[in-house]
This record gives sequence, structure tokens and C-alpha cells, in this order.
Amino acid sequence: MNSDTVGRARARVKAPGHLVSAQWGQGLGTLVRITRMALRHPWQVAIAITATMIASGLQLAIPRLLGQAVDHAQGIIGGGQEAQSALWISAITLLVVSVLRGLFTLTQNYFSESVGHTIGYELRLAYYEKIQRLSFAFHDKVHSGDLITVGMLDLDGVRMFFATGLVRTVLLSVLIGVGAYLLISTDAVLGLLALSFVPFVAWRSSVAQLKLRGTWLILQEKLSGLSRVMEENLGGIRVVRAFAGQKHEMDKFDAASKEALNLTHQRVNIRVRNTSAMTFSFFFSMGLVLWFGGNMVIDGTMTVGTLTTFLTFMTILQMPVRQLGMMVNSYARASTCGSRLFNLLDMDLGIDDAPGATDLKVTEGTLKFDNVDFTFPGSGGQKALSDVSFEAHAGQTIGIVGAPGSGKTTLAHLIPRFYDIDSGSITLDGQDISKVTLRSLRQSVAVVQQDSFLFTTTIENNIAYGDPWAKEPKIERAAESAQLHNYVMGLPGGYDTVVGERGVSLSGGQRQRLSIARTLVLKPAVMVFDDSTAAIDAGTEHRIRSAIKRFAKDRITIVIAHRLSSLMHADFILFMEEGKIVERGSHEELLALNGRYRALFDLQVRPGEDIAPTPAEASS
Amino acid sequence: MSTMAEDNESEDRHKRPPRAVVGSHRDEEEIFGKAYDPRIVQRIWAFVSPYRKLIFIAVAAVLTFTLTQLAIPLIIRYAIDTGMVAGGGGRANLAWAVVAFGAMVVINFGASFVQETVVGKAAENVLFDMRRAMFSHLQEVSLSFMDRTEVGRLMSRLQGDVNSMQEFLETSVLSVGDVVLLFGIVFVLLSLDFRLGLLTLSVMPVLFVVRLFWLEPARNAFMNAHITNSTTNGALAEGINGVRTVQNLDRQKVNFDLYDDKAHANLTTQLTASKFAQVMVPIVDTLTGIAMAVVIVVGGAMALNRELDIGVIVAFLFYIQRFFDPIRSLTMQYSVMQRAMSSGARICEVMDVNVDVKDRSGAITLTRDMDGSVEFRNVEFAYRANQPVLKNVSFKVNPGETVALVGPTGSGKTSAMALVHRFYEVNGGAVLVGGHDVRDISQESLGQQVAMVLQEPFLFTGTILENIRYHKTDASREAVIGAAKAVGAHDFIMRMPGGYEADLQQRGGNLSLGQRQLISFARALVADAKILVLDEATANIDSYTERQIQKALLKLLEGRTGLVIAHRLATIRGADRIIVLQNGEMIESGNHDQLMAEGGSTRASTT
Repeated sequence: MNSDTVGRARARVKAPGHLVSAQWGQGLGTLVRITRMALRHPWQVAIAITATMIASGLQLAIPRLLGQAVDHAQGIIGGGQEAQSALWISAITLLVVSVLRGLFTLTQNYFSESVGHTIGYELRLAYYEKIQRLSFAFHDKVHSGDLITVGMLDLDGVRMFFATGLVRTVLLSVLIGVGAYLLISTDAVLGLLALSFVPFVAWRSSVAQLKLRGTWLILQEKLSGLSRVMEENLGGIRVVRAFAGQKHEMDKFDAASKEALNLTHQRVNIRVRNTSAMTFSFFFSMGLVLWFGGNMVIDGTMTVGTLTTFLTFMTILQMPVRQLGMMVNSYARASTCGSRLFNLLDMDLGIDDAPGATDLKVTEGTLKFDNVDFTFPGSGGQKALSDVSFEAHAGQTIGIVGAPGSGKTTLAHLIPRFYDIDSGSITLDGQDISKVTLRSLRQSVAVVQQDSFLFTTTIENNIAYGDPWAKEPKIERAAESAQLHNYVMGLPGGYDTVVGERGVSLSGGQRQRLSIARTLVLKPAVMVFDDSTAAIDAGTEHRIRSAIKRFAKDRITIVIAHRLSSLMHADFILFMEEGKIVERGSHEELLALNGRYRALFDLQVRPGEDIAPTPAEASS
Repeated sequence: MSTMAEDNESEDRHKRPPRAVVGSHRDEEEIFGKAYDPRIVQRIWAFVSPYRKLIFIAVAAVLTFTLTQLAIPLIIRYAIDTGMVAGGGGRANLAWAVVAFGAMVVINFGASFVQETVVGKAAENVLFDMRRAMFSHLQEVSLSFMDRTEVGRLMSRLQGDVNSMQEFLETSVLSVGDVVLLFGIVFVLLSLDFRLGLLTLSVMPVLFVVRLFWLEPARNAFMNAHITNSTTNGALAEGINGVRTVQNLDRQKVNFDLYDDKAHANLTTQLTASKFAQVMVPIVDTLTGIAMAVVIVVGGAMALNRELDIGVIVAFLFYIQRFFDPIRSLTMQYSVMQRAMSSGARICEVMDVNVDVKDRSGAITLTRDMDGSVEFRNVEFAYRANQPVLKNVSFKVNPGETVALVGPTGSGKTSAMALVHRFYEVNGGAVLVGGHDVRDISQESLGQQVAMVLQEPFLFTGTILENIRYHKTDASREAVIGAAKAVGAHDFIMRMPGGYEADLQQRGGNLSLGQRQLISFARALVADAKILVLDEATANIDSYTERQIQKALLKLLEGRTGLVIAHRLATIRGADRIIVLQNGEMIESGNHDQLMAEGGSTRASTT
């Protein structure tokens, strides 16, 4: 069963309330919005609601028909032929009503579910599209587990609202409303007695459902703690063994497990206390009806048939009334889940095509940064880059070096517009990147990321991720250049081996080589290697570099690295410190400068000796 | 040829890409097994058995509950036929009936309370026990099993499969009640009036037959709905987790179309499942209608002829409302059992994985006063037969000495290191620690005297403090800080919000690789073992941290026997001796200068 995706997402539920908190007024608006979504399928909604009303009407007719039949059987309307045919009429009516009730119930359930599933489908698409397009700044801020939760569980809450909230409201209003009228008009006292369990059960079931919902969220959190303990343990089993940590691990497991178990026990208690009380109050009312009704029969003021009507009516009403709690819960759930979901759907994309944006046209391939300033949203105004200017041409390799946090990656992420700059400009062949379409820009700029994501699919599909139309020879060539081909051929499944979260796991170096191959399948004008050879040994890196020399001939290559040997060959090198370019020039020029670059170089060439750290490093 | 192919590509681009997928690309596991497999039931029973007292109580409560449900229409019948008649005795009988009714209700209340509490809690307990047993077993099984098995797969054993056992346990107890209810209704109806009972019950087999035909396709429809739903959710999760790569490689458009396919397939299967679920409603209602009609026509005629009491008819009508319920749940139980058997089989599979590496009886406890030497004596080792990883390797690391192991990827360095800790058993020869064969030493004491630092530093969620004293949970705060200072991690730890109490994200995601490395050094220092086995990171680290690590390494090796898989020149230079491995064989050994003079493969293999 592929329940682990769900399990995993549930496991990450962190009551995503902090994502967006819903207010009451907003809650009502949310319910209206869901109802409107449903009404976009007017025929299905109309059929569902009509069928619900007819089905509940037929449901109400059954106790009455049974009561009449009992009276006929007692011979109340007289004996012989007349009573016989009355029985036949009752029986046939009952049969027809039963069949119709079944058919209309089917219609009701099917159409209300289908409205729900259709809404669900529409929301899924809208949500997926939105999430895929929201900017990096958004994704930096929001935990991916929370987004998955919203897309799965909150979406379900909204989807089910039509069937479990709205349609059930209609059903219960007709059943309880019309039923109460019929009973009370037959006999006021007995009618009230027969309905006396309704308010109590409605109250208990609502309380129970709301309580269970509250503890459910906490339980998911506890279970997520437990699965984290297990997952970490299994992933780090070598460390556990290396440090003889099994006992310690079992203690951690037991602690997490116990917490979850206690909570499940609490939930059992809540459920049991309420269901038992509800059953009890139902039967208690029934006992009262039996006593008072029985006396009326003895006194001759009521027939056995009418009493049967009362009793069967109670039986029929029992289940729906117990479900009142679910209905209340459905409203509560839809309003909170819906608020979260809609807030995300309504969110501004952050980065989008400018009005009238045109496709980027790359001609000579000149990249220009002109006095670029950039601040991360929500960083308190602290500049991540300031006054960055440089120019690069096709065929050139630019090295960027600097301490961690000096802005190297940030700079690289501005070129494909993962973030928008505060001031200055970035142009490609004279076209401002904020004025061209995102698609065309991102097709022209490829970033090999430090830690790139492996999709759970074959190696071939992963390499061709940016160009799924690519033919096999091209993919293999890219893998060869990235020095991955031999490894892949050594795998039993070759290029068809499934990798990723649930496949063969690749080492850091293999992942980086795959991600380089991914870029080599494309034909970008600008190619950025963002510390993407960090986990690859120097020899292999050297082979990769020579293999892609031809590829790099007509494009700009930007190399970000710690290891100077990775970028010594660059046409020019930018040394960054606290968001600024502090030194620039070729390797030789920078060495001659005798500044920070020189200090770093000495440090790397003679690592054993004690050299005073440069100011940049000391502060990193 | 290839240029032609590339030219053609542009024409295909309007079509959907042939190979692209979103979401997981994995075969589903088998979901249904045999409905009953005695071996598996026996294994499950082993977990249930500690709670058998509770289970008996639960079964008793379920039976009581069922009997009260059966009794209630009978009491109503009694009330009508003996109470609601003219004459003096009537009212008294009615009173008795109501009292009996009240008693039933109280018993029913108690029984349902006990039943639900006990069943619910016992099932949860069994479930948690099962998970614990599996998890605990996984702590012992050999690493070669763990190497072969993905974490995700094990997690789905620990979660998905265990959960489906819970459903099975809960419903099994309840289906005892269903069986009793079914036979009870049949018995009561036949004894109230045999002829009418038989006629009424004749609709029951119809439902059974219909259910049997319905079950298979309906179950498939439900499973399809379930599968498409989880694959759609999987695709969403993937889209979210990989969003940066998706945007980077501009796959939004392609992915959206593919996702639409999945979501739409899900919509279709959900609607089909819904049809299958709902189609039973009119069938059951029709059969109920027929049964009621039979009671009214036949029973009514009998009542008119004074052959039957009116109360019996009322009782019949009440029973008819109930008698399809047990059939419904019992047919469902069949699927639940099938699912449980296949989950159970998978759980047993994990529990049956061999624990290859075990303490032998009377294993020696290695103490701190052992000499700290490590020796490989003609070691042969292979993960798979016919693929030797180490061939006749012999060397000795003297107490206090540092030996660097070098060699190209796949030469067997990492395996050699794992053998010191007895992660695997040798196929020939022996590994000796402190002069004893590791097979004679208790694993716990071996773990205490041999500290390991792995290439990819693995940190656990929790505070930095907890991570550093992972091995010695009772280490004092001072000892932890001392170790952190010694390896040069103290400064950056203090810069983190919360300092030593700072929470690490999953796998230390909020630290750089170099910082994680330093913390894992501090962890090894706190462990204070006599022997240190270390796999140096190949990865690049920024130069400042790099130097810190070099210094920390010297600190770590001070007064210890060190076996280091070295990648860095400085480390190799600093070692007392170097052992060069190639294709599982030791080809050279000596100190740096000697080897350089020989001009052997050391030079080629260092970076």
C-alpha cells in the first residue's frame, strides 16, 4: 500500500496553524466560498439536494407505513377480505417506498460525493500550479511539510464539506424537522418523549467530535516525533552502532512511543464515553416511549401500530442524529482548512512575468550586473549584496570565491530571477531580466545547485529532467562528461535504475555529478556551478572540467567554489566579502595583489602550517 | 545521425514528453494475501497473548452487548403481547417489560463501554508492542541487511503494515459479535415463528450471493481509488520538496500537465469507487423492503387468523432493520483479513532477518586497560560470495600509533574499517582488538573502546549538547564543552542562538558540513575510546574550517591508536605509517617518505 506518502505527510503535520491563522469572520467567508465553488456545478448540486430531500421524505414514510400495516394486521379496520387487501396494499407500498428510498439515497450520495471530488480535483490543480510558481522567497519561509499538509489534509477538509456538511444539513433538517412535526402532531407528549434524546445526543456528539479533532492534531505531532526517531535511527544506523547507541536509541523510541500511546488511549476514552452515553440516552427515551405509549395502548387512546411508528421512527433517526457531531465538525474543519488553503491560493506569486514581457533573445551572450543591491525579504533590511557590478561574455569562465555567507550563492540565484533585486540592474544581451518572460530566462540560465533534488524516478529521467524530450545518446553524453556514465553502467539497471527517496541512494558526489549532467543536457547561455563539485574528489573534478571545455565554449560559466583549484583557471575571479566584491582579477593578478585571495591560497597550499586567518575568515 | 535526431526533437515538443513523470516511480507492494495463514496468525498471536485476559474480557463484553441488542425487540414484543392488552394483568406486565428494558439498557451501556475501551486500548498496545519489537530487532540485525534495504521501505513496515494490523485486531473482536448477532437473529426469528422466519430469512442468502459477486470488483475499485489518491499526493509532495529544482530547470508547465493526468485519474477512480460503494444501498433497501412486505402480508394474514401475536410482527420488523448489518461487516472482514495477512507476512519478514553478528556466550568485556592495538590477521572478507573485498590482508597498528589507510575508491578501505567494529563478520582470518579476536569480545564493550567517525557526519535531531554526548549520555556539561573547545567547535556553537542548547534540524541541516564534522569529532572525544577509527571526509570544506579540522584531528589522535582512511596530504604526512590498499590487497606499507621514495601508488592516490 502506498500509504507512506500520506503517512509521511501526516507525520509532518505540525498543526500548520502558524502558517496562516484563521479567524471566525474569515471562516464564514471560507464556507461561502466553498459553497460557491460547489454551485459552479449547478446540475450536480441540484440533483444531490433534490435527491436528499426525496430520500429523507421516503425515509420518514416508512415508520408510518409500518404502523399502518401493524394496525391492519390487528384487524382494526375490520376483518376478512378488506383487511387482507389492506395488508397487500401496505406491503406493496412499503416495498416501493423502500426501493425508491434506496435509489434516491444512492443518487444523493453519489452526486454529493461527485461534487466533492470535482471540487477536490479543481483545487488540487490550482494548488499545485500555485506552489510550483511561488517564489523562492516564499519557499524559504514556509516549511515544505506544512505545504504538503495543506495540499493533502486541508484540501480533503474542503472537499468533503459539500457531502458531510451541506448535504447532511439538508438531510438532518428534513428528517428531524418534518419527523418532529409528524410525531408531535400525532401525539404531542409521546412525540416529545421520542425526540428527547435528540438534543443530548447532538450535543455530546458535537463535543466529542470537536475534542477528537483537537487531539488528532496533537496525536499527529506525536506520531511525527516517533517516526522521526525511527527514520533517523535507520538512516544513521552506522553511527548508532559505532557508538553502541542501541540502548539509548531504544530509550528515545520508548519515550516517543509512550507519549503517542498515551494520547491514543485518551482518544479512546473520549470516544467511548460519548458513544456509550449517546446509546444510553437513546434507549432511555425509547424506554419512556414504551412505558407511556404502552399505557396509552392499554387505555385505548393509541393503537399498537402508532406505537410501532414511534419506535421505528426513533430507530431510523438514531444514526443521523449521532452524525450531527460529524456535521458540526465538518463546518469547523472546512472553515479552518479552507482558510489556510485559500490564503495560499490567493497569495501573490512574488515573482512573475512583468506585464507585456517578451521572450529573452540571446545573441552574443553578455551578462551584466550593474550596481546590484539585494536584501532577503524578512531579513531586517540587512543587505545580502550591495553594489555588485561585473560583466561577462560568452566563452568566459568567472570564478566566485569568499567565506560562507558572503553572498556567492545569492548572487547566482539572482540571474535566473529566483529573487528580485532591490536596485541596480541585471541584463542579458542588454535585456533587463525583470522584463523578459520567466520561462525564456530560466531556459537560458542553468544553476547546478549545491544540494539538488533527486526525483524518485530513473537515472535517465533525472538527467533529462530539464529536457524530457532529450534522446538517449544525448543523455549518455552528458553523463559521460559529468563522469557519471561508468558508475551508471555498473548498476544492475543501468540508466533505468530508480534513484531518489525510495530508490537507490546516491552519495553526495554522485548526486552532484548527476546534477551536472542534468545541466549539460540543456543549452543555457549562462551556466552556474554553485559549489557543485564540493563532494567530488579533485581528480574527477579535473576530468569533468576538461570534458565540458567544448561545451563551455559558447556560453558563460560561473564557478562558485571553496577549493581554489576549482576556479584558478577562470578568466577572472571575484572575491566576495559581506555581499561586496572586494577583489577581482585573474588568478595571477589576485596573487600579485597580496590580499585576501593570496591569504586563502596560502592557506590551501600549505594547510599544515599556522597562518593567521584573514579578517573575512575569522568573522565567518 | 545524431544531429538529425536533435533536429527532430523540436517538432515533438508540442507533444507530451515521452519519458517525463511526476511522483513516485515505484511498484506497489502486494496488498492482499491469503485470507487466513495459520503461521502468520500464530506469530500475531504471540503479540496478542500478553493481553489475552483483556481480549477475553472484550469478547465477553461484545457477546453481552450483542445479546442485549437481540433482547430488546423481544422485550418490546412481550410488552405488546402481554402488556398492552385489556385487563388488569396488562399494566403490571408492561411495567415488568419496561423494567426489563431498563435493565437491558444499563447492561448494554456497561458492555459497550467495556468493549470499546478494552478493544481500542488492547489493539493500540499490541500495535505499539509490535512496532517496538520490530524496531528493536532492527537495532541488532547485521548491517549488510541495512545496507541492502531502503529506509523508506523499513518505515512503511513500521508504519503502514503495523497500522493495518490494528484494523485487523479491532475488527476481529467485533466480528465475533457480528457472527453471534447473525446467528442470534436467525435463531430468534425461527423460534418466534418457524414458517414466517424461514420466509423472511430467505432474502438473506440473496444478499450473501450479491455481496460475494460485488466484493472482488468493489475492492479493486476501492484500492484503485486509494492508490491514485496516494500517487497524486506523492506527486504533490515531490513537487513541493523539489520546487527549487523544478523552477531551476523550468519544468512547471510539463509537470502541471502530468500532474493533471494523475489528478484526473484520481477523480475517475474516486467516482468509480463511489459508484461501487453506493450500488449496495438500493440493493439492501430493496431486500429490506421485500422482507418487510413478506412479514406484513404473511404475518398479517396469520395475525388476522389469530395464529400469530401482533407483537411478533413488530419484533420481526425490528429485526429486519438490523439483519443486514452483520452481513455487511462480515464480508468486509474478509478483505481486512487478507490485507492483514500480507502485512503480517511483511512484518514477520523483518522480524526474521538474521542477527549474524551476535555475542558468543562468555564473551570477554574489553576494558580500558587493554593495550589498544588493532591487528588484521590474514583477513578475507566479501559482502557477496565470489566478490572478495579484502584478500589476505594482514597488518598491525601498535598502541598509540596512527596508521593511514589509502587507496582508490573500491579498494576495501571502508570495509576494513567496518570490520574493526565488527559491523560484519570476516570470512577468513581474524581481526584482533587489544589482542582479542573481535568475535570473542562483547559488542557493547567493543563499541566503548572503539570510537568511529564516519565520512558523512550524522547528527540527530536534538540539541548540540545531546549530540556531543550521544555515546555517553551521562557526560557532564563541562566535559562536553571541554571536548568542543578541544576540537575548536566551541566558538561557532556559542554563536548559535541557544548555544549548546541550540536545536539541530533534521540531520544537522542548519550546520555546514565542516561544522557537523567538528561536532562529530567532539562526540568521538567525549566517547574517550582507546581506539579511533576515522573516515576522513573527501568533501570540500571552506579553508578556515578545514584547518580547524586538521588541528582537531591531531587532538583527537593524541594518546590513542588511530586508523584513518586518509584523503588529505596533511593527514597522510602526519601518520606514523601508511598502508596502501588496492583491489582488496595490501600493496605497500611504510611512512610517507619511504613510499614517496619508492614512487608507488601513494602519489597517484592522494589528492
